[in-house]
Amino acid sequence: MYQMLSLQLPLPPTINGFSYCYPKPALWLLHDRYRSSSRNFSRACSSSTLLKYCVHACATPSDVAFEREEVKGTDSSTGIPVDESPSLPAGLRPELMPKHVAVIMDGNVRWARQRKLPSSFGHEAGVRALRELTDLCGKWGINVLTVFAFSTENWIRPKVEVDFLMNLFERVIKEDLNNFMRDDIRISVIGDSTKLPVSLQKMIAEAQQITRNNSRLQLIIAVSYSGQYDIVQACRSIADKVNEGLIQPNDITEAVIEKELETNCTNFPHPDLFIRTSGEQRVSNFLLWQLAYTELVFAQPLWPDFGKADFVDALCSFQQRRRRFGGRDS
Amino acid sequence: MQTTSERSSNGILGSLGSFLRKCVFQILSVGPIPRHVAFIMGGNRRYARKQNLSETASYTAGFLALMSILKYCYELGIQYVTLYAFSIDNFKRLPHEVKHVMDLMQEKLQAMLKKQSILHSYGIRVRFLGDLKLLNDPLRLLAEEAMTATAKNSKMVLLICVAYTSTNEILRAVHGCCREKMEENPEDPMIVKVGDLERHMDTAMIPEPDILIRTSGETRLSNFLLWQTTYCYLYSPSVLWPEISLRHLVWGILNFQRLHPNLEQQKKKKLN
Repeated sequence: MYQMLSLQLPLPPTINGFSYCYPKPALWLLHDRYRSSSRNFSRACSSSTLLKYCVHACATPSDVAFEREEVKGTDSSTGIPVDESPSLPAGLRPELMPKHVAVIMDGNVRWARQRKLPSSFGHEAGVRALRELTDLCGKWGINVLTVFAFSTENWIRPKVEVDFLMNLFERVIKEDLNNFMRDDIRISVIGDSTKLPVSLQKMIAEAQQITRNNSRLQLIIAVSYSGQYDIVQACRSIADKVNEGLIQPNDITEAVIEKELETNCTNFPHPDLFIRTSGEQRVSNFLLWQLAYTELVFAQPLWPDFGKADFVDALCSFQQRRRRFGGRDS
Repeated sequence: MQTTSERSSNGILGSLGSFLRKCVFQILSVGPIPRHVAFIMGGNRRYARKQNLSETASYTAGFLALMSILKYCYELGIQYVTLYAFSIDNFKRLPHEVKHVMDLMQEKLQAMLKKQSILHSYGIRVRFLGDLKLLNDPLRLLAEEAMTATAKNSKMVLLICVAYTSTNEILRAVHGCCREKMEENPEDPMIVKVGDLERHMDTAMIPEPDILIRTSGETRLSNFLLWQTTYCYLYSPSVLWPEISLRHLVWGILNFQRLHPNLEQQKKKKLN
């Protein structure tokens, strides 16, 4: 899926006192070697097992153990079922898993530039990273995954690029529809769909309809979306209701606004955990209202490089935080 | 009791510190200086536990840290400083803690109004953002008096968020917007745009923050300026608020300067 297209300067990483799992240089090296050595961008591996090095982040960040883990491969094109092992990596507690994770998938273009490839390669690699994350969320009991695929501000990009992305969205939804049904994933799309090509609108409507009864994981894709747009359209709906006499202005509460936001398509509209990749430390007009109390994690890897170990790190950081919602520690 | 020589050496050190600080600010000023910096002053209670102090003492230490930071911001030429002083959610805290914070604010406001000539000489305007109806009457009246008294100052604007949450601010903006639309053209369909809502926000006519600094290492917005921080650089040093110092502010600004071209580009995209 497409990530936030933002012009990224080649900046050195910032050392910032975030309460994030402390940087593990060995992890990034291993990870980069694995990712960058792969010239074959197809994820179609046959039913043979796939050996990976995984970092198991423990509760105390100073203890990091590298283990070699056998992971059964999946072939999404033939639909060979994944051997589901819902057990979490060591160090993650099931009762502290977030219900809703929101992700800004930033860094596809930079990833491609670093490898002297066209940006389309970066977007394709980003799609694979999204598939992996979706798979992990489904296995680990996360209820909702929201991804920022295309912002309202991205419409000003060159037409060629925008057209490519719209085609990519359509192709990926079409190709993965069977996988969504197999993996019990419900698809929801939020954003101003009126600006999308008609064929994509139809594909989205079809995918939402077909997967509406799936319940294991809800994948919300934000396309032509911004947090401010969401609040404005909610205000518009409420203003219409006031005009029609359905509600008095004094009866408008925060709950009324929430019901009109596009995240009303889920029972868990507020992300517990927000991840933005590529080291950029800003929210960029994504899910404003809904992020009021969300724990923010800014991960250094570029989106195509963001894999299981990085996700575990983010979850580890999340689980260590004490969320008080403005109140006092009990 | 200090001796004369101790006093004069303290004076010399103070002057030297001030001179060095001015040098640092001159260097920083070569790059873009943020126009608006927002602070979430986290870590006061943890500071109390760490230093074995009462919470009262830690809030006082926090206030002193605030005065230093405001001085640095003023010297740097930052035009707007927003502080998250008290959230609507903080009313959930223990009554004695809420009362202490309210009393502290009242005491400081009274002192400020007594010496308002200092504010006028520095050109500092004070504004309170939030649902002030939730405050007790004496505090609300003092806040309104402070806003009126400093309304003409323009060198620096100090925005103090009290009884504030962003969702509450947006809710009040939605109320205002709906009423306005009904008065304008009750028969026409409601066309609401971003600008319509922004006009009714507490921060209308105020530029968005360039940096949001949250101390104590927490990385969440806690319902603060959600609408206004869309392209704001979020900086979260692990230092506790009473221990914040010049170097944290300088580091945050240096990072802002490094990212500035990129941030400006994002803002321009949004305006287009």
